[in-house]
This record gives sequence, structure tokens and C-alpha cells, in this order.
Amino acid sequence: MKTRELTCIVCPRGCDLIAELDDNGTPIRVTGNLCPRGKTYAENECTNPQRVVTTTVRCEDGCVVSCKTNTTIPKSLVLEAMKVINSTVAPAELAIGDVIIENILGTGADVVATGRKSI
Amino acid sequence: MMNSKTVNEFNCELVIIGGGPAGMAAAVAAYEDGLRDILILERDDNLGGILRQCIHNGFGLHRFGEELTGPEYAYRYEKMVREYGIPFMTDTMVTSVSSDRVVTAQNCERGIFKVRAGAIILAMGCRERPKGALNIAGHRPAGIYTAGTAQKFVNMKGYMPGKEVVILGSGDIGLIMARRMTLEGANVKAVCELMPYSGGLARNIEQCLKDYGIPLMLSHTVVEIHGKDRLTGVTIAKVDENRRPIPETFEYIACDTLLLSCGLIPENELTKAAGIALDRITNGAVVNGNRETAAEGIFACGNVLHVHDLVDYVSEEAAIAGHAAVRFIRGEVDKSLSLSLETDGKVRYTVPQRITELADTKIYFRVADVYRDMKVTVKAGDKVLYQKKKQKLAPGEMETVLLTEDMLREAAALSDKLEISLV
Repeated sequence: MKTRELTCIVCPRGCDLIAELDDNGTPIRVTGNLCPRGKTYAENECTNPQRVVTTTVRCEDGCVVSCKTNTTIPKSLVLEAMKVINSTVAPAELAIGDVIIENILGTGADVVATGRKSI
Repeated sequence: MMNSKTVNEFNCELVIIGGGPAGMAAAVAAYEDGLRDILILERDDNLGGILRQCIHNGFGLHRFGEELTGPEYAYRYEKMVREYGIPFMTDTMVTSVSSDRVVTAQNCERGIFKVRAGAIILAMGCRERPKGALNIAGHRPAGIYTAGTAQKFVNMKGYMPGKEVVILGSGDIGLIMARRMTLEGANVKAVCELMPYSGGLARNIEQCLKDYGIPLMLSHTVVEIHGKDRLTGVTIAKVDENRRPIPETFEYIACDTLLLSCGLIPENELTKAAGIALDRITNGAVVNGNRETAAEGIFACGNVLHVHDLVDYVSEEAAIAGHAAVRFIRGEVDKSLSLSLETDGKVRYTVPQRITELADTKIYFRVADVYRDMKVTVKAGDKVLYQKKKQKLAPGEMETVLLTEDMLREAAALSDKLEISLV
């Protein structure tokens, strides 16, 4: 039986997880997790790792505003998503939660503002 | 904002110094207990403190049950402060606090003014250990920043400090900045950590370094800085068990930027000047369970008291101070108990350091090294009051123990000391 050791990133506790994998690399058992989210994380991490992207976006007036993907996107698309966000110019007036980019790279995730401008 | 312009001395029941997560949570707790005469003094141009530049997520899982970014977490509290109408002044610098609770501050609008406070909550946060304190040989070229300064440049100003980066220290801000700089196109060549373990959270090593293939070099440090006008590179070295660099391991790394993430120091200049006793290990005030310092009616909470890993715990601690300050103002605080908390060396420090009130008290503590399969033990004399098994304890992760009123009653009958140890 193959196993894979992981560190859970769902919460700051950072559980050490062990995923037991079948021959296709699909997890069949997860141990070490203190909550059900750890199990889901390990299963995704072995098959289709996901991340939330947090970054900033440039606004029309030259300032930057912080933003994030409102759900996870495949880890393999993170750097590509950064390119899309960095080539976007957002409106100068943004409130927290405003959608800046809809359905980025077809992932189903929207890029939303998380902060307000500072000079 | 307060509008009366000319009064340069006035009274206020509760003055809170610092409008970051600790100051705001303390203010909200006090307001919710019915106190209205509150004033928050903040030196920056808005409320929110360091969270304004911490644009990554992972905040609020304990406090709000969801994962927020720093600015979102700060905004939750800012909104409460604004909706409650709690008075605050921004761009206002407090220059002194006296042990008899007079706060001197200044801003452009009022000039210098004094506030006679019924109670004071110190919530000034912490600052990063600078390069000067690290004693690295070489010139002082451009390109060397603390990780938090770089974080402010990138996240709030939209400037990139450099392209080829080495990070010294593996505190959480350093790890977060390794990822942030990588996402913005920089090449982060290494994160060097003097200690044989990282001071950051395991999840940050995973998602900030491993995700991007950034090497974490444990037991390594920077021994020399190269470049005169602009940084051109650093020499790194492995260190022996006494943390001395081993000459055979010297290695040159070309880079234009060095970020320092070498620890945080509570910002206690005001506290010290007020003559309030500090703890040698936390660098914050010595406090009781109510987070009251040695000066009566002056409380402390958040990173000015001890450096926290999670803002959720800062909010929790600030609420304790906020509620207690209101009880102090109303004359409801009981100080019938006198228990001091002692540690065994494996436990490095506790906050609070003493308990003066017979009430359930949550003790926060940090350990000195990485320990496995130990029992956290609380004893009064020879009597074990509390014991709990822990699979793993690490210096980077704050632990807690809840001492109940019953335990404290039992302890007080046996001793004037409580010992927290790992066995």
C-alpha cells in the first residue's frame, strides 16, 4: 500500500495527515486529521489540489486593492490566474466583496475585493 | 471622530491606545458591557492595524467560523466600532502614559492634549526585529527590508522591492512573503532559519514554500552582506549546535533583496516609560488574569502583551481586557487571590503571569523547543490539578489551558504558586 504524508492547510492547527492510496493514487483512508475538513483536504490534495489565491489588483487611479478568489481554484492554475489578475484594471471605487473578475479561467471562482484602498 | 477642538485636557472613562485588532476588540467588548465613554487613539490613518497589509487568508476561523483575509477580518471589527459609534481618533500619536492614568497624545487637529482616563488599555501591537539587531557583517546597501515592510510595499503601495530574493528567518510573515513575492514574479531562492525548526505555522511551510519549491534551509544563517549601493548577494552558512556558523559551509547566493523575518518585539516604549513591570521573556507587561498590569487600571492585550500566532486569539484576549476594564471602572473587580504562575523551562512563558481573581482563567503559553508525547501539567505544591496529553508541541504554536474556578480555589488552599510544566 502506498501512502502519502501531508500537512493540512485548512486551519492553523496544521495536522500531519497520512493518506493511504490505491494503485491509481486515489486515497482510500486518511488518518491524522482532527476534523472532517482534513479528510476532504487530503483527498483533494492527492487527486486535484486546490488553493485560494490572495493578491492585489491595480485600480484605474493607480492604487492597489487586495482581492482573492472567492473559492479555491486548481493549484495548477494559480500562476495563470495571477497573470489574468495582474493584467486587469479595476474601477477606482471598490467595496469589500465587489466582484472584479467573474469566473476566472473558467474555474467557477470570482475574484472579489477584500480590502479598501490606502493612499 | 471627536469634534470639540479646543479642549486640550479632558476626562474619558476608557482610553484604548491602538486601533488594530486588539484595540478594536477591547473597545467592542467594553461597549457591549454598556460603557459609552470610550476613546480609541490610533497613529495610522485608519483603524485596522497590521491586518490591513496581511492580505492572505486564514484569519477568523475561530472567531467568525469562516476563513477571511486580514483586511476583511479588520473590517468586521471596524464596522462594529463605527456602527456602535465608538469614538476614535486616527493620525494621533500617544507620547506618554502615566501610572496614574493620564494619556498625553498629539495630532494635527488638536495639537498636544491630555486625557485623564478611568482605565487604559494598551493595544499598541508589536514591531519587527530590525537588521541592526541582528549583527550581520557588510555594508548597508539598498535592498534589505524587514518582511513586514516589504509586505506593506507590495500589498498596499503596489511596489515590488526586488526580483532575486533571500529570506532570513522563517517566521510566518517571512513565509507569507516568500509566496507573495513569488506570485508577483520574483525568484525566492531560499529561506534560511537559524534554528533547527521553523518559527512559522506548518500550514505556511506547506502552502507558501513547498507549493512553489522554495527551499527551507534550517540551521542556516546569513553571515555576510555583499554590495555597496544595492545588495548584490549574501553569504549563507550552516550553523553548529551552538548556532555558530561553520566556515566550510559558506555559500554565496546572488540576490538583490534580503527580507528579514526574525521575530517580533512588543512595542512597549509607553509601558516602560510609565514604570510598568515587563516580563523578561514575553517583552510585554506582567499581567493578571484580567490582563491588568502592575499599574492599577491599566490593562494590556494583543501583541503588545505577547506575540500571538492568530488574530483570533488577539480578539479573544482583547475582549477579556475590555470586559475587565469596565468592571474596574465600576469597582467590581475582586483581587482576593494571589497566585503566581511558574514555568519549568520547557514551558517558556505563560500569560497571565499571576491570577488575582477567583474565576475561570485561560492560560496561554509557549514551549521552548519541539516536544512530542508530553503531558501538559498544572500543579499546586505536589497536587496535580490538570493534566493533558499532547502529541506535539512547538515554539511556533501557542497553547492554552483553562483553569477553572474550582481548580484555583483548590490551588489557593495549597500554595501561592501554580507550576505549569511538561512531563
